[in-house]
Amino acid sequence: MPRKPIELPKIEYLSILNEHGELDKELEPKIDNKSLIEMYRYMLLARRTDERMLLMQRQGRCGTFPQSSGHEAISMGSIFNINKNDWHVPAYRELAGLLWRGWPLEHILLYWNGFEEGASPPEGVNDLPVCVPIASQLLHAAGIGMAMNIEDRSEGGKKKEKKVVMTYFGDGASSEGDCHEALNFAAVFNAPVVFMCLNNQYAISVPLSKQMKNETIAQRAVAYGMPGIKVDGNDVLAVYQAAKEAVERARKGEGPTLIECLTYRVTPHTTADDPKRYRSEDETKEWMLRDSLPRFAKYLETKGVLSEKERNALEEEVDTQIKAAVQNAEEMFKSEALLNPLNMFDHLYEDVPPYLQEQKDELRDHFKTKGKDWSNPQKKAQTPASSRQ
Amino acid sequence: MAEMNMAKAINLALLEAMTKDPKVIVMGEDVGPDEGVFRITEGLYAKFGGDRVIDTPLAESGIIGTAIGMAIYGMKPVCEIQFSGFDYYNYHQLESHAARFRNRTRGRLTVPMVMRAPYGGGIRALEHHSESREAIYAHTPGLKVVIPSGPRNARALLHSAIQDPDPVIYYEPKACYRLFREDVPETMETLPIGKAQVVKQGTDITLISYGASMRATLEAAESLEEEDGVKPEIIDLLSICPLDTDTIIESVRKTGRAVVIHEGPRTCGLAAEVIARINEKVLEYLEAPVLRVTGYDVPIPYFSKEQAYLPDSDKVLNAARKTLSF
Repeated sequence: MPRKPIELPKIEYLSILNEHGELDKELEPKIDNKSLIEMYRYMLLARRTDERMLLMQRQGRCGTFPQSSGHEAISMGSIFNINKNDWHVPAYRELAGLLWRGWPLEHILLYWNGFEEGASPPEGVNDLPVCVPIASQLLHAAGIGMAMNIEDRSEGGKKKEKKVVMTYFGDGASSEGDCHEALNFAAVFNAPVVFMCLNNQYAISVPLSKQMKNETIAQRAVAYGMPGIKVDGNDVLAVYQAAKEAVERARKGEGPTLIECLTYRVTPHTTADDPKRYRSEDETKEWMLRDSLPRFAKYLETKGVLSEKERNALEEEVDTQIKAAVQNAEEMFKSEALLNPLNMFDHLYEDVPPYLQEQKDELRDHFKTKGKDWSNPQKKAQTPASSRQ
Repeated sequence: MAEMNMAKAINLALLEAMTKDPKVIVMGEDVGPDEGVFRITEGLYAKFGGDRVIDTPLAESGIIGTAIGMAIYGMKPVCEIQFSGFDYYNYHQLESHAARFRNRTRGRLTVPMVMRAPYGGGIRALEHHSESREAIYAHTPGLKVVIPSGPRNARALLHSAIQDPDPVIYYEPKACYRLFREDVPETMETLPIGKAQVVKQGTDITLISYGASMRATLEAAESLEEEDGVKPEIIDLLSICPLDTDTIIESVRKTGRAVVIHEGPRTCGLAAEVIARINEKVLEYLEAPVLRVTGYDVPIPYFSKEQAYLPDSDKVLNAARKTLSF
């Protein structure tokens, strides 16, 4: 019996708008001007919010949080391909996508300032909240996709356009067992899920070379029996194009796709991390030159979609929006409705069981001995408006 | 004698254990050049290199599972799980394998390993970074669980854990890492696993706690003495499993009153076990029901409200006074 090679699909790398802002015209996706500006706007909004939160964190006005700067193209380029009825299952660096999906900026600020209310998706937004443990959200995404298939089949499977799930994870997450299980489940059950890997080359201090021996994360798709592609994660057009193809496949019932987006974590892992301990600043500086925002801005300018003047006006608009949201959120941080510690008992189960009510009463009485009566009915905190423009 | 904080004392124990025994291996996420997110493995990678201080891929089940293999082969892995909130990923490996190998092979194969993890609230951390779930491990037959409360016992307990022939969970109260300094002797010390310490002798009431909650307990004891003229006896459990029943009942036999304090959730928490043992052994000596001050049966709230969740000295004091005036 001869040995013979088994043919396996090849993995492509896609780049459309390179770091110098040079465009591959043949590959340029057709996106209308209004949409292009919208994409840029949310990338900018996420960037400015992230920068603002960093300042606040340094001033003691925000808790520890993972910065999302540098990951905007991945989030925005992909999320822009899904609709309201589709689902978004983020990890924790998808700020642009969350804002675009309709999460109020105030929710983001609340969450990272230690208020559970920030993790509550606004009415009608089919998103799961940020997921801090690593890779576990991918199984939820696969499950939502499986449920979509079951629902679709129970309705006769006649839907031409199926719903899809867009989910995210990092290069570090690719080592977790949950990641393997999610990809395999999605493939086996043909779930309409787009797995977006933010390969920013570092899991806190551990570089990609210590994380895995395979050349790409995308090639794992071959092993699971789904298409995989690697793209320039700082090129919003390449991310958009790859995600668009994946979403189209999923909508036609052709199952999941794995998209590896190569980027670099130009920021620390979180505000508590100090990257100087494990990598050179030169390496980081080099990657900063490949930032997605300036090259996208240049593209929009060259194309005549957004002039420098219009861009500046947009920046001002975004900053005003953030300022108002920060002010609003900081009012909320002080509101008794949100600070009431007795609300820790209210949402664990649909009803508060007697033993928990007893503990709630105990805590209420404890505060009373300190002269604070939390049992007075508090005004309900106002739900802020969506940040979607 | 050298004065140091708990983070440094744990680091010192690792350094000493690795120097003494070439089979001791440190492994985990970011324990190498980054020296751990809490800097507990400071200097170890530089001194011992990548074969003995292993930065693993990001996979807790992978860390504990491979450590089990290493331990069976003859190494002494000391694993760091970055935050106890992530050790559920590897619980299966501990429960189904680490805890069982000795028993199912009738003592032929053993798993001498340590899982270290920072646990508990109080540092304004983000979600999943503040839990206190030691009871899960105490409830897992085949595991030992120890929790230090200060620099000196942290160093001694870690040595005991590393030298122990069976798997030991070593939970580190992260709120205490840099909270205070203490004299730590030059010579290496151990503390017997399964033995509690009476840290203060008293006659009127026994306060039983461990880990980070020891701070609230000690503070409350001070108020009891100064304001109420009461002499409390204080027990630091140190070892959650095996639990030192003798020290507990001996004290309660003397005082007739007790309060148990911990920050983990109440239901099936350590206090429940301590109180059950008191009831079984010294019920007739009790002058009042034994009370408990614990975390509530909810996930620890995000940091804006975590202080309301945690046991504090006021809560301990209230419970102690209630017990004393029963």
